[in-house]
Amino acid sequence: MSDSELVRILSSIVLQSTPLAIAVCGETITERAGVVNLSLDGTMLLSAMVGFVAGLLSESVWVGFLAAAGVGALFAFIIAFGSIRLRKDQFAVGFVLTLLGDELSAFLGQNYTRIPGQKVSHLGIPLLKDIPILGPIFFDHDPVVYFAFILVGITWWWMFRTQHGLRLRSAGERPEAGFVRGINVNRLRYIYTLVGGSLVGIAGAAYSLDIKLGWSEGHTRGLGWIALAIVIFGGWSPIRGAFGALLFGASKALAAALQRSFPEESVVVFNATPWVLMIAVLLLVGSDATDRLIVLAPRRFQSRLRQLLRVRPPGALGTLFIPGESGGE
Amino acid sequence: MSLGRIARHLWPTVPVLIALVITGLLLVVFGVSPQVGFGAMLQGAFGDPSRVLSVAAFWVPIALASVGLVVTFTAGLWNIGVEGQIVIGAIAASWVALKFNFPGPMQITFEILAAMFAGAIWAGVTAILKTRGKVHEIFGGLALNNLAIIFTNYLISGPWQPPEGGTFRGTVPFPAKALLPLYGDSRLSPISVVMLIAAVVVVFLLLRGSYWGLKLKALGKNPSSAFLLGVSSERETILALMFCGALAGLAGAVRVTSWFDSLRQSISGGIGYLALLVVMLSAFRVLLIPFIAFFFSAVLNGSITLQLRTQLHSSLGGILTGVLVLMVLLFGELRQLKRFDERRVGSRPDE
Repeated sequence: MSDSELVRILSSIVLQSTPLAIAVCGETITERAGVVNLSLDGTMLLSAMVGFVAGLLSESVWVGFLAAAGVGALFAFIIAFGSIRLRKDQFAVGFVLTLLGDELSAFLGQNYTRIPGQKVSHLGIPLLKDIPILGPIFFDHDPVVYFAFILVGITWWWMFRTQHGLRLRSAGERPEAGFVRGINVNRLRYIYTLVGGSLVGIAGAAYSLDIKLGWSEGHTRGLGWIALAIVIFGGWSPIRGAFGALLFGASKALAAALQRSFPEESVVVFNATPWVLMIAVLLLVGSDATDRLIVLAPRRFQSRLRQLLRVRPPGALGTLFIPGESGGE
Repeated sequence: MSLGRIARHLWPTVPVLIALVITGLLLVVFGVSPQVGFGAMLQGAFGDPSRVLSVAAFWVPIALASVGLVVTFTAGLWNIGVEGQIVIGAIAASWVALKFNFPGPMQITFEILAAMFAGAIWAGVTAILKTRGKVHEIFGGLALNNLAIIFTNYLISGPWQPPEGGTFRGTVPFPAKALLPLYGDSRLSPISVVMLIAAVVVVFLLLRGSYWGLKLKALGKNPSSAFLLGVSSERETILALMFCGALAGLAGAVRVTSWFDSLRQSISGGIGYLALLVVMLSAFRVLLIPFIAFFFSAVLNGSITLQLRTQLHSSLGGILTGVLVLMVLLFGELRQLKRFDERRVGSRPDE
């Protein structure tokens, strides 16, 4: 394999992982505030469809992305309203929305399948794209990719380096502690669930308007669930989550490269890659076996390994907060 | 009768009306009058006796999987993996049908037993991943669903491909004695209905009067105090999931041996996910399951007729049921709009 081919593969991995990284970032924000938006798979399908059609009709990708973000925000609002105001099971509501988004995308998009539409245009960043090796891998892409870079960076900075981020995390970690400091926990949860949902919508449109161009039934099916798993694997950190997205992108590229050298009938087996990987990474960060393996490592590496391999969910994830009572747990 | 009481009695019909209005609007937007659209759906579901039988044949596996899900939901488990358990049951039944030759009724009996066993094992994997690996059953189940479907595609396009080759649709039809006896020309097997009734009775008694049912309820209500009472959460989690898996596997066997006559590419086609909706709508009351599942089956069969008559995508039926369940989930109890109750939403996920 020549150098240029390797660079080309790495560059395509970065491109392919972009929508996943955006969705993971959005869901990480939502879950850090304590709400689980389980509807990702349906949200992404419907927003991919709506984004594609809106882009097609308005002849502008901007309108497409805006409409997709609106779909994501709407689904997120239903989940936030259902769990915060109506106190219903957010998993149940999220699951129903998953199926509903899938069905709605199939029905509403039925006249727009397999036709050409708008595409985000290419934009290599001057100077940066001419850096050897790194340039073509990271800086010779479509703007969607740079949006993901900036989004992941800003989200991390906002979450871990600002007062706002501290409040965001307190809403998901110890809502009662935030409450006594005068934070309106449920308002923050509404806001961040909506922000997260809009980003998931943008991720859906990033597929249909750029990375997996066009619309067909079930266009992004399965990817929302993978994004949800990556949020856990990423330990609820946007940067780790982005690396998780890259890992899944890389596994896909690897499977695509490998399957060329296998007989045709066994090719379907390679479709199993993301699902096997999903179980593997969740076992890695969750199972007690990992702890037992870490203990075998040299002592001075143990704490670093633990930090790298173990994750802990936000303390009040998926629970209800009622002001004035000992909400959270 | 006071106005409040009337409102409370009429309240359950509101989600149905909202679902009908939304799907009706969608029909109008796509240029079909609701009268024609809903008329086609009704015709498709109940137009003549053969259609009713078709609805019933489609209904049995949905109801079987739903009955199993009542057990896992009671234990507080989200068995999204039910779809894969149906698929793996169908594969196991097909394996016995294609590779073995038992005398007489032994053949179909072994197919069904193999399907239930395989469904239980597949669910057991999800359970072990949860109890030993701390992988939430939603993710374990979902991954295993996709693996089961991919395995089906592999079998159909590879080792179990019909001799004429080329097709990616299904295996060769099974011999007659490997299929469930059908009622007339329909695809409904009376034996499968009997098995469904048996499953409903067993699960009803299990949850109503057995010690195991009590333990599952304790686990579902409050895992940590159940532990203090001596309920092994690992044991009950595994058993509940395997119980549901066995019923889902049975549903898969019914699919291949009566609805179809061979293993097909989309052998379940989302029946498991549909069953999850059925159970949510039933509020976990097992005696309601057969009725709700029948309604779902009628809607879906009707929407296929809708597609044939109007060229509109059959997902309209899924939209109708989805909106209905969403509305019931959100606004199911009128009082809850005002009342402040301390119930916690969901349990803390332990992924």
